[in-house]
Amino acid sequence: MASVTLNFMKLFRGSSGSPAQTPQVPQKLTRRSSGLGELSRLWDSETPLCVLDLGSTSAANIRFFTERTHKIYSEDLLVASTEPHLVTKDEQGATILDSRKFLADNLQYPAAHFDVVLCWNLPDYLDESLVRPVMGRLWSVLKPGGMLLAFFHTKDAGPDSPCYRFHIVEKDILEMQRIMMRREARRGPTGAIHTAVVDSFRLQRVFNNRHIETLFRDFASIKFFLARDNVREVLVVR
Amino acid sequence: MSAPLSADLAQIGKSVVIKGELSGSEDLYVDGQVEGSIALKNHSLTVGPNGQVKASVEAKGIVVQGKLEGNVQASDRVELRKSAVVTGDISTQRISIEEGAYLKGKVDIQGKADKASGK
Repeated sequence: MASVTLNFMKLFRGSSGSPAQTPQVPQKLTRRSSGLGELSRLWDSETPLCVLDLGSTSAANIRFFTERTHKIYSEDLLVASTEPHLVTKDEQGATILDSRKFLADNLQYPAAHFDVVLCWNLPDYLDESLVRPVMGRLWSVLKPGGMLLAFFHTKDAGPDSPCYRFHIVEKDILEMQRIMMRREARRGPTGAIHTAVVDSFRLQRVFNNRHIETLFRDFASIKFFLARDNVREVLVVR
Repeated sequence: MSAPLSADLAQIGKSVVIKGELSGSEDLYVDGQVEGSIALKNHSLTVGPNGQVKASVEAKGIVVQGKLEGNVQASDRVELRKSAVVTGDISTQRISIEEGAYLKGKVDIQGKADKASGK
Protein backbone atom coordinates (compact mmCIF):
# COMPACT_ATOMS: atom_id res chain seq x y z
CA MET A 1 0.00 0.00 0.00
CA ALA A 2 2.85 2.30 0.92
CA SER A 3 4.47 1.81 -2.49
CA VAL A 4 1.17 2.55 -4.22
CA THR A 5 0.90 5.77 -2.26
CA LEU A 6 4.52 6.61 -3.01
CA ASN A 7 3.99 6.07 -6.73
CA PHE A 8 0.78 8.08 -6.64
CA MET A 9 2.56 11.00 -4.98
CA LYS A 10 5.43 10.63 -7.43
CA LEU A 11 2.98 11.24 -10.25
CA PHE A 12 2.23 14.64 -8.81
CA ARG A 13 5.77 15.52 -7.77
CA GLY A 14 7.55 14.21 -10.82
CA SER A 15 10.37 11.71 -10.82
CA SER A 16 13.22 14.16 -11.05
CA GLY A 17 13.85 14.33 -7.33
CA SER A 18 12.36 16.05 -4.33
CA PRO A 19 12.43 19.84 -4.02
CA ALA A 20 15.16 19.50 -1.37
CA GLN A 21 17.54 18.12 -4.01
CA THR A 22 16.96 21.00 -6.43
CA PRO A 23 20.00 23.28 -6.53
CA GLN A 24 19.40 26.79 -5.29
CA VAL A 25 19.11 29.05 -8.31
CA PRO A 26 18.01 32.69 -8.12
CA GLN A 27 14.41 33.03 -9.23
CA LYS A 28 15.02 36.30 -11.06
CA LEU A 29 18.10 37.42 -12.95
CA THR A 30 18.85 40.35 -15.17
CA ARG A 31 21.03 39.94 -18.22
CA ARG A 32 22.14 41.96 -21.19
CA SER A 33 21.07 40.46 -24.51
CA SER A 34 23.14 41.24 -27.59
CA GLY A 35 20.55 39.57 -29.82
CA LEU A 36 17.75 41.67 -28.41
CA GLY A 37 19.97 44.74 -28.74
CA GLU A 38 20.47 43.90 -32.42
CA LEU A 39 16.70 43.62 -32.87
CA SER A 40 16.06 46.88 -31.07
CA ARG A 41 16.79 49.00 -34.12
CA LEU A 42 13.50 47.65 -35.49
CA TRP A 43 11.44 48.87 -32.52
CA ASP A 44 11.58 52.50 -33.66
CA SER A 45 9.87 51.61 -36.93
CA GLU A 46 6.93 53.92 -37.64
CA THR A 47 5.15 51.06 -39.36
CA PRO A 48 3.58 48.84 -36.70
CA LEU A 49 5.42 45.54 -36.49
CA CYS A 50 3.91 42.13 -35.85
CA VAL A 51 5.84 40.42 -33.06
CA LEU A 52 5.28 36.83 -31.91
CA ASP A 53 6.38 36.07 -28.33
CA LEU A 54 6.65 32.31 -27.77
CA GLY A 55 7.55 32.50 -24.09
CA SER A 56 5.31 32.59 -21.04
CA THR A 57 2.74 35.37 -21.10
CA SER A 58 4.62 38.49 -20.07
CA ALA A 59 2.89 41.73 -19.13
CA ALA A 60 6.26 43.49 -19.49
CA ASN A 61 6.70 42.33 -23.08
CA ILE A 62 3.13 43.23 -23.99
CA ARG A 63 3.65 46.69 -22.49
CA PHE A 64 7.02 47.09 -24.23
CA PHE A 65 5.60 46.48 -27.69
CA THR A 66 2.15 48.03 -27.37
CA GLU A 67 3.70 51.26 -26.01
CA ARG A 68 5.60 51.40 -29.30
CA THR A 69 2.35 50.80 -31.25
CA HIS A 70 3.46 47.36 -32.41
CA LYS A 71 1.15 44.35 -32.38
CA ILE A 72 2.18 41.50 -30.12
CA TYR A 73 0.98 37.93 -30.28
CA SER A 74 1.58 35.73 -27.26
CA GLU A 75 1.69 31.95 -27.47
CA ASP A 76 3.36 29.76 -24.85
CA LEU A 77 4.44 26.71 -26.83
CA LEU A 78 6.08 24.94 -23.89
CA VAL A 79 2.82 24.96 -21.96
CA ALA A 80 0.94 23.99 -25.13
CA SER A 81 3.24 20.99 -25.54
CA THR A 82 1.99 19.57 -22.21
CA GLU A 83 -1.54 18.98 -23.56
CA PRO A 84 -2.37 15.33 -22.76
CA HIS A 85 -3.99 14.60 -26.14
CA LEU A 86 -0.62 15.10 -27.89
CA VAL A 87 0.91 12.01 -26.30
CA THR A 88 1.25 9.13 -28.73
CA LYS A 89 3.65 6.30 -29.71
CA ASP A 90 6.00 6.15 -32.68
CA GLU A 91 6.57 3.03 -34.83
CA GLN A 92 9.08 1.67 -32.30
CA GLY A 93 6.61 2.13 -29.45
CA ALA A 94 8.44 5.06 -27.91
CA THR A 95 6.36 7.83 -26.38
CA ILE A 96 6.41 10.99 -28.49
CA LEU A 97 4.24 14.04 -29.03
CA ASP A 98 2.10 14.22 -32.17
CA SER A 99 3.54 17.14 -34.14
CA ARG A 100 0.61 17.23 -36.58
CA LYS A 101 -1.89 17.66 -33.78
CA PHE A 102 0.40 20.21 -32.15
CA LEU A 103 0.63 22.32 -35.30
CA ALA A 104 -3.11 22.00 -35.87
CA ASP A 105 -3.68 23.59 -32.46
CA ASN A 106 -0.81 26.08 -32.38
CA LEU A 107 1.03 28.60 -34.56
CA GLN A 108 -2.03 29.02 -36.77
CA TYR A 109 -1.13 32.22 -38.58
CA PRO A 110 -1.11 33.33 -42.21
CA ALA A 111 2.14 32.83 -44.11
CA ALA A 112 4.65 35.69 -43.88
CA HIS A 113 2.74 37.39 -41.05
CA PHE A 114 5.43 38.31 -38.52
CA ASP A 115 8.34 40.73 -38.57
CA VAL A 116 9.93 39.27 -35.44
CA VAL A 117 9.62 35.97 -33.57
CA LEU A 118 10.96 35.78 -30.01
CA CYS A 119 11.69 32.10 -29.45
CA TRP A 120 13.73 32.60 -26.28
CA ASN A 121 14.90 29.17 -24.99
CA LEU A 122 12.11 27.17 -26.62
CA PRO A 123 14.26 24.82 -28.79
CA ASP A 124 16.28 23.63 -25.77
CA TYR A 125 13.20 22.66 -23.74
CA LEU A 126 10.71 21.59 -26.40
CA ASP A 127 10.13 17.87 -26.90
CA GLU A 128 12.39 16.41 -29.62
CA SER A 129 9.44 15.38 -31.79
CA LEU A 130 8.24 18.99 -32.04
CA VAL A 131 11.46 20.94 -32.62
CA ARG A 132 11.86 20.61 -36.39
CA PRO A 133 8.14 20.87 -37.24
CA VAL A 134 7.87 24.01 -35.10
CA MET A 135 10.93 25.63 -36.69
CA GLY A 136 9.49 24.83 -40.12
CA ARG A 137 6.22 26.52 -39.20
CA LEU A 138 8.06 29.53 -37.79
CA TRP A 139 9.93 29.92 -41.06
CA SER A 140 6.65 30.04 -42.94
CA VAL A 141 4.94 32.58 -40.66
CA LEU A 142 7.94 34.95 -40.73
CA LYS A 143 8.04 37.58 -43.45
CA PRO A 144 10.99 37.38 -45.85
CA GLY A 145 13.62 39.45 -44.06
CA GLY A 146 11.88 38.83 -40.74
CA MET A 147 14.03 37.93 -37.73
CA LEU A 148 13.91 35.20 -35.09
CA LEU A 149 15.77 35.29 -31.78
CA ALA A 150 16.54 32.07 -29.91
CA PHE A 151 18.77 31.17 -26.96
CA PHE A 152 20.75 27.94 -26.69
CA HIS A 153 22.68 26.50 -23.77
CA THR A 154 26.31 25.56 -24.26
CA LYS A 155 27.64 22.07 -23.51
CA ASP A 156 28.37 23.10 -19.91
CA ALA A 157 24.66 23.08 -19.13
CA GLY A 158 23.26 20.15 -17.18
CA PRO A 159 19.78 18.65 -17.42
CA ASP A 160 18.70 20.64 -14.37
CA SER A 161 19.48 23.99 -15.99
CA PRO A 162 16.51 26.10 -14.96
CA CYS A 163 13.95 27.13 -17.52
CA TYR A 164 13.16 30.83 -17.50
CA ARG A 165 10.50 33.17 -18.72
CA PHE A 166 11.84 36.34 -20.31
CA HIS A 167 10.66 39.88 -19.67
CA ILE A 168 12.03 42.76 -21.72
CA VAL A 169 13.16 45.52 -19.37
CA GLU A 170 15.04 47.75 -21.81
CA LYS A 171 16.08 47.51 -25.43
CA ASP A 172 18.88 45.09 -24.62
CA ILE A 173 18.11 44.10 -21.02
CA LEU A 174 16.08 41.07 -20.04
CA GLU A 175 14.74 39.95 -16.71
CA MET A 176 14.78 36.17 -16.47
CA GLN A 177 12.28 34.62 -14.11
CA ARG A 178 12.59 30.96 -13.22
CA ILE A 179 9.63 28.73 -14.12
CA MET A 180 9.02 26.59 -11.03
CA MET A 181 6.13 24.26 -11.87
CA ARG A 182 4.40 22.94 -14.94
CA ARG A 183 1.79 20.43 -16.04
CA GLU A 184 2.90 17.16 -17.56
CA ALA A 185 0.88 14.57 -19.46
CA ARG A 186 1.69 10.93 -18.74
CA ARG A 187 0.15 7.72 -20.00
CA GLY A 188 -0.62 5.32 -17.18
CA PRO A 189 -0.40 1.51 -17.25
CA THR A 190 -4.03 1.24 -18.40
CA GLY A 191 -3.37 3.58 -21.31
CA ALA A 192 -5.24 6.46 -19.68
CA ILE A 193 -3.56 9.85 -19.83
CA HIS A 194 -3.04 11.70 -16.56
CA THR A 195 -2.04 15.28 -16.03
CA ALA A 196 0.43 15.90 -13.23
CA VAL A 197 2.02 19.02 -11.77
CA VAL A 198 5.79 18.52 -11.72
CA ASP A 199 8.98 20.52 -11.44
CA SER A 200 9.85 22.99 -14.17
CA PHE A 201 10.61 22.09 -17.78
CA ARG A 202 13.80 20.10 -18.20
CA LEU A 203 16.54 20.78 -20.69
CA GLN A 204 15.98 18.27 -23.50
CA ARG A 205 19.31 18.54 -25.28
CA VAL A 206 22.27 20.81 -25.98
CA PHE A 207 22.67 21.86 -29.59
CA ASN A 208 26.17 22.38 -30.92
CA ASN A 209 26.75 25.10 -33.52
CA ARG A 210 26.39 22.68 -36.40
CA HIS A 211 23.05 21.43 -35.07
CA ILE A 212 21.86 25.00 -34.77
CA GLU A 213 22.92 25.76 -38.33
CA THR A 214 21.06 22.65 -39.51
CA LEU A 215 17.99 23.60 -37.53
CA PHE A 216 17.87 26.97 -39.30
CA ARG A 217 19.17 25.82 -42.68
CA ASP A 218 16.13 27.22 -44.53
CA PHE A 219 16.83 30.72 -43.22
CA ALA A 220 18.87 33.23 -45.21
CA SER A 221 21.40 34.11 -42.51
CA ILE A 222 22.40 33.24 -38.98
CA LYS A 223 24.37 35.20 -36.40
CA PHE A 224 25.74 33.87 -33.09
CA PHE A 225 26.36 35.86 -29.92
CA LEU A 226 28.13 34.11 -27.03
CA ALA A 227 27.12 35.51 -23.67
CA ARG A 228 29.00 35.29 -20.36
CA ASP A 229 26.40 32.99 -18.84
CA ASN A 230 27.18 30.19 -21.33
CA VAL A 231 24.13 30.93 -23.40
CA ARG A 232 24.47 31.35 -27.15
CA GLU A 233 22.06 33.84 -28.60
CA VAL A 234 21.14 33.19 -32.20
CA LEU A 235 19.54 35.70 -34.52
CA VAL A 236 18.34 34.32 -37.83
CA VAL A 237 16.86 36.12 -40.80
CA ARG A 238 14.37 34.50 -43.12
CA MET B 1 -14.19 32.44 -3.90
CA SER B 2 -17.81 33.54 -3.79
CA ALA B 3 -19.28 35.95 -6.29
CA PRO B 4 -19.49 39.58 -5.26
CA LEU B 5 -23.02 40.60 -4.35
CA SER B 6 -24.43 43.77 -5.81
CA ALA B 7 -27.88 44.96 -6.80
CA ASP B 8 -26.51 46.18 -10.16
CA LEU B 9 -24.72 42.96 -10.98
CA ALA B 10 -26.30 40.10 -12.87
CA GLN B 11 -24.80 36.74 -12.01
CA ILE B 12 -24.55 33.43 -13.77
CA GLY B 13 -23.76 30.80 -11.18
CA LYS B 14 -21.31 27.97 -11.62
CA SER B 15 -23.98 25.35 -12.35
CA VAL B 16 -25.60 27.41 -15.12
CA VAL B 17 -24.96 26.68 -18.82
CA ILE B 18 -26.06 29.19 -21.45
CA LYS B 19 -25.77 28.91 -25.22
CA GLY B 20 -26.65 31.88 -27.41
CA GLU B 21 -26.40 35.66 -27.52
CA LEU B 22 -26.16 37.47 -24.21
CA SER B 23 -26.63 41.23 -24.09
CA GLY B 24 -27.49 43.62 -21.31
CA SER B 25 -27.19 47.03 -19.75
CA GLU B 26 -25.79 46.06 -16.38
CA ASP B 27 -22.57 44.48 -15.16
CA LEU B 28 -22.38 40.70 -15.49
CA TYR B 29 -20.54 38.11 -13.42
CA VAL B 30 -20.17 34.71 -15.08
CA ASP B 31 -19.06 31.78 -12.96
CA GLY B 32 -20.81 29.18 -15.13
CA GLN B 33 -20.55 28.24 -18.80
CA VAL B 34 -21.49 30.55 -21.65
CA GLU B 35 -21.16 29.73 -25.32
CA GLY B 36 -22.04 32.23 -28.06
CA SER B 37 -21.57 35.97 -27.69
CA ILE B 38 -21.69 38.53 -24.89
CA ALA B 39 -22.38 42.23 -25.54
CA LEU B 40 -22.43 44.66 -22.63
CA LYS B 41 -21.67 47.95 -24.37
CA ASN B 42 -21.17 50.27 -21.40
CA HIS B 43 -20.84 47.72 -18.67
CA SER B 44 -18.38 45.24 -17.30
CA LEU B 45 -18.01 41.50 -17.56
CA THR B 46 -16.25 39.42 -14.93
CA VAL B 47 -15.47 35.80 -15.66
CA GLY B 48 -15.19 34.19 -12.25
CA PRO B 49 -12.68 31.49 -11.28
CA ASN B 50 -15.12 28.73 -12.28
CA GLY B 51 -16.30 30.55 -15.39
CA GLN B 52 -15.85 28.97 -18.82
CA VAL B 53 -16.78 31.35 -21.59
CA LYS B 54 -16.56 30.39 -25.25
CA ALA B 55 -17.77 33.56 -26.87
CA SER B 56 -16.86 36.78 -28.55
CA VAL B 57 -17.07 39.44 -25.88
CA GLU B 58 -17.72 43.16 -26.13
CA ALA B 59 -17.86 45.22 -22.96
CA LYS B 60 -16.50 48.35 -21.33
CA GLY B 61 -14.34 46.46 -18.87
CA ILE B 62 -13.49 42.78 -18.74
CA VAL B 63 -11.96 40.93 -15.81
CA VAL B 64 -10.97 37.30 -16.30
CA GLN B 65 -10.25 34.87 -13.50
CA GLY B 66 -11.38 31.70 -15.29
CA LYS B 67 -11.34 30.47 -18.90
CA LEU B 68 -12.24 32.63 -21.86
CA GLU B 69 -12.04 31.46 -25.44
CA GLY B 70 -12.95 34.01 -28.09
CA ASN B 71 -12.08 37.49 -29.24
CA VAL B 72 -12.35 40.23 -26.67
CA GLN B 73 -13.11 43.88 -27.30
CA ALA B 74 -13.11 46.26 -24.36
CA SER B 75 -13.76 49.96 -24.77
CA ASP B 76 -11.91 50.66 -21.51
CA ARG B 77 -9.78 47.95 -19.94
CA VAL B 78 -9.03 44.24 -19.68
CA GLU B 79 -7.65 42.59 -16.55
CA LEU B 80 -6.26 39.08 -16.65
CA ARG B 81 -5.93 37.73 -13.13
CA LYS B 82 -3.35 35.09 -12.24
CA SER B 83 -5.75 32.18 -12.83
CA ALA B 84 -6.93 33.48 -16.22
CA VAL B 85 -6.63 31.30 -19.30
CA VAL B 86 -7.49 33.33 -22.39
CA THR B 87 -7.39 32.13 -25.98
CA GLY B 88 -8.31 34.85 -28.43
CA ASP B 89 -7.39 38.31 -29.62
CA ILE B 90 -7.74 41.23 -27.23
CA SER B 91 -8.50 44.75 -28.34
CA THR B 92 -8.62 47.35 -25.59
CA GLN B 93 -7.36 50.72 -24.44
CA ARG B 94 -5.66 49.37 -21.33
CA ILE B 95 -4.65 45.94 -20.16
CA SER B 96 -3.25 44.50 -16.95
CA ILE B 97 -1.93 40.98 -16.67
CA GLU B 98 -1.07 39.27 -13.40
CA GLU B 99 1.83 36.88 -13.23
CA GLY B 100 0.64 33.36 -13.97
CA ALA B 101 -2.10 34.40 -16.39
CA TYR B 102 -2.05 32.56 -19.72
CA LEU B 103 -2.78 34.31 -22.99
CA LYS B 104 -2.77 32.83 -26.44
CA GLY B 105 -3.59 35.55 -28.92
CA LYS B 106 -2.94 39.06 -30.12
CA VAL B 107 -3.00 42.19 -27.99
CA ASP B 108 -4.02 45.34 -29.78
CA ILE B 109 -4.02 48.52 -27.74
CA GLN B 110 -6.42 50.99 -29.28
CA GLY B 111 -6.14 54.68 -28.50
CA LYS B 112 -9.28 56.78 -28.29
CA ALA B 113 -8.39 58.29 -31.68
CA ASP B 114 -8.17 54.78 -33.20
CA LYS B 115 -11.60 53.89 -31.88
CA ALA B 116 -13.15 57.12 -33.13
CA SER B 117 -11.79 56.54 -36.63
CA GLY B 118 -12.73 52.87 -36.52
CA LYS B 119 -9.17 51.63 -37.10
